[in-house]
Amino acid sequence: MTADHRHGSESPAVRTEAIEALLVEKGLVQSAAVDALVERYEHDIGPLRGARVVAEAWTDPEFRARLLEDGMPAIRELGFGDNTDSHVARLVVKENTDSVHNLVVCTLCSCYPWAVLGLPPAWYKSPAYRSRAVREPRRLLAELGLDLLPDVEVRVWDSSAEVRYMVLPRRPEGTDGLGVEELTARVTRDSMIGVERL
Amino acid sequence: MNGIHDMGGMHGFGAVDRRSDEVLFPEAWQGRVCALAGYAMGAGLANIDAFRHAIERMPPDRYLSDGYYGRWLYALETLARERLAGDTTPERPEIGSVAREADREPRFALGDPVRTWNRHPQGHTRLPGYARDRRGVIADVHPACVYPDTNADGRGESPEYLYTVAFESRELWGEEAEAGATVYIDLFEPYLEALE
Repeated sequence: MTADHRHGSESPAVRTEAIEALLVEKGLVQSAAVDALVERYEHDIGPLRGARVVAEAWTDPEFRARLLEDGMPAIRELGFGDNTDSHVARLVVKENTDSVHNLVVCTLCSCYPWAVLGLPPAWYKSPAYRSRAVREPRRLLAELGLDLLPDVEVRVWDSSAEVRYMVLPRRPEGTDGLGVEELTARVTRDSMIGVERL
Repeated sequence: MNGIHDMGGMHGFGAVDRRSDEVLFPEAWQGRVCALAGYAMGAGLANIDAFRHAIERMPPDRYLSDGYYGRWLYALETLARERLAGDTTPERPEIGSVAREADREPRFALGDPVRTWNRHPQGHTRLPGYARDRRGVIADVHPACVYPDTNADGRGESPEYLYTVAFESRELWGEEAEAGATVYIDLFEPYLEALE
């Protein structure tokens, strides 16, 4: 393999220190800002936003309609959709129903709706998921514990460009009396990617 | 480019290991690389397409062994070596959506049948290999966006309309395809030709 010696035999931690030092020296980044952003990723930006969006959609039919029409303006109503993912052109939300199940993947890299779900989990970025989701989604979902009836259509969304996808899962049975806060707590990250049913 | 990154449809990677207890950054350097990449792109080291292409240019064995943030680290090293030599300092780009005003109408409309082109560019492209030379139907028309194929290697943004194209599973995977499955892929106008 070519040019690998340029990427060093040191550990990734050492290489990261070196590249950070160079980027700081060149004036491209400030270490304090890096600290702050890592902190934000770890504590502020996560799937809780998406869960809140889902709970709002379950309880407010007009919000749900706006969300399915165009995701980004709708999540801004809730104060989300800041600069976390500023280059993204659109956020598209796909609704699971009795007859349609949606699943999100990015086969070419690991595009993911950061604005609502935060950073992607390791399995979403894995070669196994990226390779199989488009070719055998039913088998893959069954392995993950989600058996779909044969008459349910599977729609796989391969996010190959700057449109990001989130699944609006079906509201679980027996949650009629619950408010937005309680419903938010019921929504999992994986249900909004489409590999889990609530 | 026809690279290891183009994973759709590959065999041999085994089961998906879905854990619920994982930490966001198991090692501290991974979080730093994530943030460093964001800031370095924002400061003009490279646009997102050039960054993705730097990952795609990795040797395939390193692509598989370095992990997600390891690939980001590798790409940062590549871009720094290529673009930060001597006293050069990149210009800070405007931050914002990749959507652009286009001076023409989209060529395709909802429901139009299309076929993807059969081209194997050496550079960056967003048509996955498994969907090359395949028939689909326009399922959504998006705004024109920066065209990654030219933006990745400095040939400019040359915006193109973006479409979501629906492909029947059988069209992609033949007789082995699962029944009742449709794959939707976001594709740029140049990748598509009209089908009668």
